[in-house]
Amino acid sequence: MIIHLATLLAFQLLGEVTSRGLDLPLPGPVIGMALLFATCMIWPRLAKTIAPTTTVLLGHLSLLFVPAGVGVVGHLDKFGSDGAALGVAIIGSTVVAITVGALTFVGLRKLTGTSHD
Amino acid sequence: MTEFAEIWTYLSTDPLLWLTLTLAAYGAGDALFKASGRKPMVNPVLIAVAFLAVLLQLTGTSYATYFAGAQFVHFMLGPATVALAIPLYANLNHIKKAALPMIAALVAGSLAAMLSAVGIGVALGLDADILLALIPKSATAPVALGVSEAIGGSPSLTAVFVITTGITGAVIATPLLNLLRITDWRARGFAVGVASHGIGTARAFQVNETAGAFSGVGMGLNALLTALIAPIIAQWLLG
Repeated sequence: MIIHLATLLAFQLLGEVTSRGLDLPLPGPVIGMALLFATCMIWPRLAKTIAPTTTVLLGHLSLLFVPAGVGVVGHLDKFGSDGAALGVAIIGSTVVAITVGALTFVGLRKLTGTSHD
Repeated sequence: MTEFAEIWTYLSTDPLLWLTLTLAAYGAGDALFKASGRKPMVNPVLIAVAFLAVLLQLTGTSYATYFAGAQFVHFMLGPATVALAIPLYANLNHIKKAALPMIAALVAGSLAAMLSAVGIGVALGLDADILLALIPKSATAPVALGVSEAIGGSPSLTAVFVITTGITGAVIATPLLNLLRITDWRARGFAVGVASHGIGTARAFQVNETAGAFSGVGMGLNALLTALIAPIIAQWLLG
């Protein structure tokens, strides 16, 4: 468990160093994710070893959004004046994104003849 | 009474109180979610955030004081992002089999999410700082917050947009995809993951195992794509 966490933190650290060192627009943890993915491709045992810990961590992923979400208290004025427009933008764009994504997937599947399931 | 005031003075500035309340509020939200029969509208994050926000207002506590305690939870977003590599790797076979439809749906869905949000926002007269915070809202929270900061948006505003987007996706996905007559669980799950990240993925897993796995892959891939494309859209928006 501790070693697993240390592994995740080490990849995050490596990601942060890469992001800052090469001045990349990608956040450090994203680079860390890509590096861990690449490492698992080369060394599949790593994925199996740390999977129990990542499953627990990702199982509680939504808890980790709470502190940032509470930051809404600093923006209550914006929701008063722009609340309706923001609601339309968020709901509208989510409908558009799911529709476009699903139709593109099905369209390409038919085009390339990939089987259904 | 003075005793209570003294205890409160100590507690309200100590990280322990707000850390405990963050976990307790989420625990209560999660219990309500389960008691409701896992209705997407009864979202534990939404409940916890609303409860804590009201509590901060009532007690006159600043966000900085709250965050001094809650930062320990917030910190875990970094390793959690790194951990997303594992389900992504576990689904490698699925990815290889449907690679082309997935890549196309990823690019189309991700661009549709960002551009339609900015387009609607511009049309309705939202300010540039709000538009910047809107761009990465379909990516999973840790990535969206990092991207928002990198492109000059407000991470805390983005956090609220990310959560709202996730809840929206979780609520509308099933009726919307039924309306579109899409029966392929891979397509359904993947589109939901790209558009509404972890909250959408959690919902997809409740509906169908395959949809959940593909949703997780969509979320992971969109995290990478958003981090790459959002800075370009931001530059174009400001330029």
